[in-house]
Amino acid sequence: MNSVACDVAIVGAGIVGAACAQECARRGLRTILVERETIGGGATAAGMGHIVVMDDSEAQFALTRYSQQLWQELRPELPEDIEYEPCGTIWVAADEEEMQEVHRKQNFYRQRGVPTEVLDANRLREMEPNLREGMKGGLLVKEDGVLYPPCAARFLTEHARRCGATLRVGCAARRIEQGHVFLEDGENIRAEFVVNAMGASAADLTPGVEIKKRKGHLVITDRYPGFVRHQLVELGYLKSAHSVNSDSAAFNAQPRRTGQILIGSSRQYGAEHKEVDHRMVVRMLQRAQEYMPALGKMSSLRTWTGFRAATSDNLPLIGPWPGDKSVWLATGHEGLGITTSLGTARILVDQMTGAKSQIPVEPYLPSRAGKEHVHA
Amino acid sequence: MNSPAQQKFDVLVIGGGPAGIAAAVGAAECGARVGLVDDSASLGGQIWRTGSATGSPQEASQWIERVRAARVKILCGLRVFDQPEAGILCAEGTEGISELQYDKLILATGARERFLPFPGWTLPNVMGAGGLQALVKSGLPIRGKRVMVAGTGPLLLAVAAHLKKHDAEILMICEQASWSSLAQFGFALSAQPGKILEALRLKKELASVPFVTSSWPIAAGGDQVLESVTISRKGRSETIVCDYLACGFHLVPNTELAALLGCRISEAVQVDKFQRTTVPGVLCAGEPTGIGGLELALIEGQIAGLAAGGREADARRLFPRRARGRKFASALEAAFHLRPELRSLAKPDTLVCRCEDVPYARLQTYTTWRAAKLQTRCGMGPCQGRVCGPATEFLFHWIPDSVRPPIFPTRVESLAAIAHCSEPQEHLVSGGQ
Amino acid sequence: MPSTLGLKVNGVAIEVSPGTTVAVAAMLAGTPCRTSVSGMPRGPLCGMGVCFECRMTINGIKHCRSCQILCQPGMDVRTDE
Repeated sequence: MNSVACDVAIVGAGIVGAACAQECARRGLRTILVERETIGGGATAAGMGHIVVMDDSEAQFALTRYSQQLWQELRPELPEDIEYEPCGTIWVAADEEEMQEVHRKQNFYRQRGVPTEVLDANRLREMEPNLREGMKGGLLVKEDGVLYPPCAARFLTEHARRCGATLRVGCAARRIEQGHVFLEDGENIRAEFVVNAMGASAADLTPGVEIKKRKGHLVITDRYPGFVRHQLVELGYLKSAHSVNSDSAAFNAQPRRTGQILIGSSRQYGAEHKEVDHRMVVRMLQRAQEYMPALGKMSSLRTWTGFRAATSDNLPLIGPWPGDKSVWLATGHEGLGITTSLGTARILVDQMTGAKSQIPVEPYLPSRAGKEHVHA
Repeated sequence: MNSPAQQKFDVLVIGGGPAGIAAAVGAAECGARVGLVDDSASLGGQIWRTGSATGSPQEASQWIERVRAARVKILCGLRVFDQPEAGILCAEGTEGISELQYDKLILATGARERFLPFPGWTLPNVMGAGGLQALVKSGLPIRGKRVMVAGTGPLLLAVAAHLKKHDAEILMICEQASWSSLAQFGFALSAQPGKILEALRLKKELASVPFVTSSWPIAAGGDQVLESVTISRKGRSETIVCDYLACGFHLVPNTELAALLGCRISEAVQVDKFQRTTVPGVLCAGEPTGIGGLELALIEGQIAGLAAGGREADARRLFPRRARGRKFASALEAAFHLRPELRSLAKPDTLVCRCEDVPYARLQTYTTWRAAKLQTRCGMGPCQGRVCGPATEFLFHWIPDSVRPPIFPTRVESLAAIAHCSEPQEHLVSGGQ
Repeated sequence: MPSTLGLKVNGVAIEVSPGTTVAVAAMLAGTPCRTSVSGMPRGPLCGMGVCFECRMTINGIKHCRSCQILCQPGMDVRTDE
């Protein structure tokens, strides 16, 4: 049996695995990154690439904000094909209740140093003329942005390689345990740390990890430059993300640098196959047309699905797995994988090397399961 | 929002070219209630396309007359984009969508030209062979224009003859196949009397046109528009000044709808002797089952129509003719096989994906279609890989992604208007962009 | 049936025979159908509505496959968007 040794073996080259590989290699750890198919080809390719701070909980805020700042620091190095756009997010309020939420969020962010601007109906209309009449206003979060995730994942793996990491692409891991990653081709990787960054499939190789698949749909249009200028999210989005049992669709629209409009979003529970579910697409697009009626006449080129990795408390699993000393988790990021990939990598490697993290790591520890669940 | 128009048919035929027309007639003459759908404004597909200057060939008119007489419901200007549940297809028109319900479905979706990249191929006035012919039929003046014809396949001759009839100056026909391949094809033709007559007729019409074999385009030259074509001929290159280059490398079947429905496809849609695919209730006829030309399309269409209409005995009677047609199709494929030199025409900066302007150099490092698509955007444009897919399959041996809806660009409001939706069945399909 | 019909291509009036497609009208008007994403001029390729090289804005609607659309009197065609 072929055998190779390293400090860290990472399984899964989605954006999270790629970020971890880069961080490990950058800090001088001998790193091997294993990917069964395509770099950034799983949920990373399916998602919206929205870099966003969120305020569902302090822990979620801390990780998203930390990570967003890391993306901003990285920005000068990002190549063109990552299409990084600091376009900001506008949380759109359709009624008075949602406008209250705008003010609550603004307050929350102001207290924590995140620059935002409350938009009244007129200002919102100026900024996004294609939203339908009658919107009450919104909250502009200025430092949010968007990027194209598959190229971002590739960039991170290239950086990892330049720092000495080895990439094994097209190679599936069969089993991970006790400091070993057994590959399907018979090779065995021995590592002090084995990182499971397999997203929605994490439990395949680490049985007992509580990850549920949360299926999402997206639609992309042909090029209509200037139609949308910011990432737009309806304030009902959060209500639907909280709902545990029912399928939901909410308005989410992103301008791509190409001028294409990426339309989301949906969440489904218990859906196991990748087929496009027309019921969800219909719901999602009807909702989108309610917010931006002119979308209806636009040419759509593709629809697709992806599986988010969801945990029961909506926070990711970042740290050592109690079931096996050598196994570490970097998974369970639900819809925030792109945003929190960089922060995840930092605090994961901090823990591995005993360095102090810039944010508290306790809320993300896999060992928290079994403790009292914190409902967001 | 308008709700979709609902229509029900015993037999629904997709594609109004010869195979679809023959299938519709076959099924309708069995007494079935038949619908015939086509994207274009009128029936005929590509080969029987009517033009502003030309009428249909007589055979086409006769078939179209039969389709009308058989009371087939003709639905032109409708583009199928999805199957929301078994037994229903969604199609988009200018006013809204239609949901078309069927007991039996016959796919007669035809074929399109294969394009291969070479330097300068994206210049205006470089077109497909069928492409230039279609434009001429749509009003493009060609009288006195200097036309180079290149690529491969019988379509080159048919196009050259048509253009010559409209007073184009055909400078040369460059066929990449070798003389010996064509000679073998000629022998195959001898088994098909009708085809010999056609070949002789073409030969006569093109008597004065230089026809060179083992020859292919190396580059198209010009600044904003085509000015010249450089071809490889007998190991040397030759540059010829011209107005148009009509260049296509034979045909590839349109199998997107068959793939969406889950039919087994290996290069072509697999069918049994009654033209039935591996999906119950779905039949396929004509080019998507294998490029084989007009006569084979008509026979397969008839067989599919009769089989769908329940007249298997009548369908059987056509089997011998189909067998002859299939022999011709095999000879066709062998004769016009693409030579490996065509893989080396593209230079590093030659565009391969025309929708997203992705050059050869960016693509050659990838081993799969999907990885290339995700990283370079190749295939993410409105053609949905219809141009770059066959090209990259030939250049890099990539197998394209599985197909997802919409199988053609479709308005957002149309996707949102689908009324018949049930829980999806596990199937093919990959996730991600 | 009139012998020609009039439409505008990029603001310039032209006359075409009935049965002429918009793609051909653009060619007759001497303009490429579109400019590619890297700024190169493009004309029709497949002639059958699958390649989208002939896409242009017709009566305000973007991305129309002009080779599949017959010229109508008074059409406003733009290839420069």
